[in-house]
Amino acid sequence: MIEIQNISKSFGDKQVLRSISGVFEKGRTNLIIGASGTGKSVLLKCIVELIKPDEGLVFFDNRNFTESNRHEKIEIRREIGMLFQGGALFDSKNVEENVRFPLDMLAVMPRDEKQDRVNLVLNRVGLQNANKKMPSELSGGMRKRVGIARAIVNSPKYLFCDEPNSGLDPQTSILIDELIQALTADYDTTTIVVTHDMNSVMGIGDNIMFLYQGDKLWEGSKDNITHSGVKEVDDFVFANKVMMAMRKENT
Amino acid sequence: MGLLKEIGKYFIFLGRLFTNRESFKTHYKLVIDECLLIGIDSILLFVLVSTFIGAVSTVQTAFNLVAPYIPKYVISQVVREMTVLELAPTVMAIVYAGKVGSSMSGNLGTMRITEQIDAIEVMGINSINYLVLPKIIASLLMYPLLVVISGVCALTGGYLVGMITGILAPTEYVYGIRYLFNDFTITFALIKAITFGFLVASISSYKGYYTTGGALEVGMSSTKAVTTSVIAVLLADYVLAQLLLSPA
Repeated sequence: MIEIQNISKSFGDKQVLRSISGVFEKGRTNLIIGASGTGKSVLLKCIVELIKPDEGLVFFDNRNFTESNRHEKIEIRREIGMLFQGGALFDSKNVEENVRFPLDMLAVMPRDEKQDRVNLVLNRVGLQNANKKMPSELSGGMRKRVGIARAIVNSPKYLFCDEPNSGLDPQTSILIDELIQALTADYDTTTIVVTHDMNSVMGIGDNIMFLYQGDKLWEGSKDNITHSGVKEVDDFVFANKVMMAMRKENT
Repeated sequence: MGLLKEIGKYFIFLGRLFTNRESFKTHYKLVIDECLLIGIDSILLFVLVSTFIGAVSTVQTAFNLVAPYIPKYVISQVVREMTVLELAPTVMAIVYAGKVGSSMSGNLGTMRITEQIDAIEVMGINSINYLVLPKIIASLLMYPLLVVISGVCALTGGYLVGMITGILAPTEYVYGIRYLFNDFTITFALIKAITFGFLVASISSYKGYYTTGGALEVGMSSTKAVTTSVIAVLLADYVLAQLLLSPA
């Protein structure tokens, strides 16, 4: 479980996050949603301290991450897997080396065991024959899948995904969503996904936090997001033509 | 104020090189890779540039020393002093900043904007130690080596042009090279090489590491890396000359 308390962040005069609090539960897919520029990715990066928040606290299973010392933070970070928007694969390493990187750096195990683990996760994300390919040879969807494989190779307790569907076609998006949901269940991770894709929201949104201009406006699940009673949430949800058609059909 | 802040940030960056260190084995492999990138890939450029600089220095020195009472071996003596004290360590440092510094900065800048550095940090790995320290160690090892090669090539260039054009005979050239030779100049050149190798690698890495924005900013960081490195090299050149060569 991850808990955030009163996270605020400004860049110069622009306040990007205003006192955001919430709980992200273990074994569930937690979504942070909202329109572009509302501070979703900033909030995600504040949670893992890739961006230092101005105020607020973050707890990983009741361990105070914000006020931990450097060594404690490193220990917690080693339990984190993260998928970045563009995959963030190392250009100079092939798929196999990219996925093995966290094991090479952090795990103490024989090389054969590492290789088995790499093959296992590549198989899990459906990339069993791509071991020797370089990142430049991969499609957008494949890069995301390699990114997911790298994020889960160390069996993380916490999985963070920043816009996993951006730039992907609808079919690949659904595959990636299903993969994230299945991995969350299989590894019992606390998963946080930042997205603005309504297909993802309706597909995997166990727990949803809606951000609007730096404020948390609503929290719920995919079952009640269509009747939240909050205008900004409705505007966001029903901006999608398919969702709009569904609403008309229901009424 | 901005300059002081920048200098402070640079020193904090240098301090982070040594915190949360990776194992020797990890660094060893990375340093070898960087040595190949920095050293081996730069040898041809250094050989070409320094050979021509040596050749041109010989011709121009001969052009200026026209008095009949000045012995011809003075030409190669002057070329030797210029090469060892300035051309090989300092002028080549400018070439080094242009080739290696811009490449280091571009590499780290690209890693920054494509979130590869964030990916390393989020795993609990000190990205500065992992990515930058091997570059600096490799530069400390390879730049002095390149300076030695450069010096040899410049003096050889001078020898060849002297022989081909008949400016001075090979025996005169070799005599001048050895005449009143002070071996401290070699030590001084190597001290400069180590200093400049460190400055170019650390400043270029710093500029690349803190790149923000997109592809345009990566290019701008590379340009800034080269200009700042060159300024730092020239400043350090003066300070070292004042400290180590000043008669007082």
